[in-house]
Amino acid sequence: MRFLAIAQAEMRILARNRWLFMATLIMVLFALALTFAGSAPTGTLGVDMLTVSVTSMITLSVYLAPLLALMMSFDAVAGDAERGSLGLLLSYPAGRGEILLGKFAAHLAALTIAMTVGFGSAGAIAAYMGGAGLESVFALLRLIGTSVLLGGVFLTLGYMVSSLAKSATSAAGMAAGLWLIFVVLYDLGLLGAVVMDSGGWFTETLFPWLMVANPADAFRLWNIASSESVALASGMVGAASALPSWAAPLSLAIWPLLGFAFARLAFRRVEP
Amino acid sequence: MDKILEIQGLVKDRGKTRVLHGVDLTVSAGERVALLGHNGAGKSTLIKTVLGLTKLGGGSVKIAGHKPGSGAARADTAFLPEAVSFHPALTGREQLTLFARLAGQKADIPGLLERVGLADALDRRIGTYSKGMRQRLGLAQVLLGKPKLALLDEPTSGLDPISRQDLYAIIDELAAGGCAVLIASHALTEVEARTDRIAIMRKGHLVADDTLAGLSAKAGLRTKMRVRATSDADALVKVTGGRRMNGASVEIEIDAAGKMDMLQKIAAMGGAVADVDITPPRLEDLYRHYAKEGMH
Repeated sequence: MRFLAIAQAEMRILARNRWLFMATLIMVLFALALTFAGSAPTGTLGVDMLTVSVTSMITLSVYLAPLLALMMSFDAVAGDAERGSLGLLLSYPAGRGEILLGKFAAHLAALTIAMTVGFGSAGAIAAYMGGAGLESVFALLRLIGTSVLLGGVFLTLGYMVSSLAKSATSAAGMAAGLWLIFVVLYDLGLLGAVVMDSGGWFTETLFPWLMVANPADAFRLWNIASSESVALASGMVGAASALPSWAAPLSLAIWPLLGFAFARLAFRRVEP
Repeated sequence: MDKILEIQGLVKDRGKTRVLHGVDLTVSAGERVALLGHNGAGKSTLIKTVLGLTKLGGGSVKIAGHKPGSGAARADTAFLPEAVSFHPALTGREQLTLFARLAGQKADIPGLLERVGLADALDRRIGTYSKGMRQRLGLAQVLLGKPKLALLDEPTSGLDPISRQDLYAIIDELAAGGCAVLIASHALTEVEARTDRIAIMRKGHLVADDTLAGLSAKAGLRTKMRVRATSDADALVKVTGGRRMNGASVEIEIDAAGKMDMLQKIAAMGGAVADVDITPPRLEDLYRHYAKEGMH
């Protein structure tokens, strides 16, 4: 299996250049900080502390998972091309799809480690300090799984810009742009439209679908809609209830495939 | 002979500029061919086309009968890029292991690294290697498996004179094993002695493709002979029609065809001749001739 050979080498590189360690450390620090900062409202809402912690971490992950993923993936192609090692790699019998798949497997494994350790340790501490029910444990597992999925989407989008960009520097710029659009600007745009529309057809019918079409929002909706207590703690029930329950999971399942297809198409045009 | 690389009428355009104009070139099994040309003459584009890294605009390229870029063609081809580079975080052993797995080869990695003189650096990160060491590692990956075609782009850049000797010894070994070797180079004096045939590119045209002797004959460049007389240089001038150089020596310029006749004339003078030096046209002269010739 050629993609496994690539994946193994990429995993080594992530471990050697401290990326794996840094990504895990960032996740642990942010998750712990949020858990401790968010420990106040448990009593008033009547939910356990792990639920509150998971709710805060959902918001964290919406920003952090895409960011970490893009930082890992933006130079996957452009970096090799700039260093001059891409031409030699492509002269070997491994296909371009296999190369991308190998990198993706390694980067996704690194994200999985970072997410599991980060959210897991924060979750464990929250449960130890303020208790945890079965439902909140499921919410935590769901958070970890969907965060990896969300990260996977942005890994593939990172490979896409990495293949389109002329240099690693411009790939970094494009990756930052992607993050800004998907995580910040898209929501702002929708919010603006909802305010303009003031409760009309757009808000009732189109808005929830537009929202779930964005992987970052689909991630948020999936996590919130799946757990009543999380929805209660987040105060964000409206949009989620307007959609069928399969909409958000479907969006998050399709996006990595779509992103990988885009990346593969862009990579095919790369001439080292 | 078994033709491994067959290029026929290869055309390539970059935007509106034509960078390869109907190039024909073949390299047979066991043959070492030097590909010469100024920067921008089209050598790298030619190599990229053979590797399938860039699409051909016209004509045909076959590697052991396969289309460039196909799995079979890539499995048959070894490539050493100009100024080869690897990920600095991996060690030499890890990098070669990766390549071996991609090529589907079970290779003796330590043996290969020993062969190119990197045995000591086996488990050091490539980031700590010198330019020459990276070049050696690049050569080691060429030796993985048994390639039918080796494309070497400036293989001696960054190597010291001893390493260059080693490199050509390895290339000779490859060719002796039946590999077709194409070497793109600027180092004329090196390839002169170490290749079987010379191809010269100029502005996307292949302007020469022959053995060194064949190229000399076609170019009409003359062989220089310097004859030293024991006593009477004037007699020498009379017989050979050469030019007096100094007290005792005469310089003769002669076509390749007339060389043996002249040598016989000189030999017939017996004891009157003290010494003869023959300097055939050098590749540098030939290269200058072909690379500067008028437009096609």
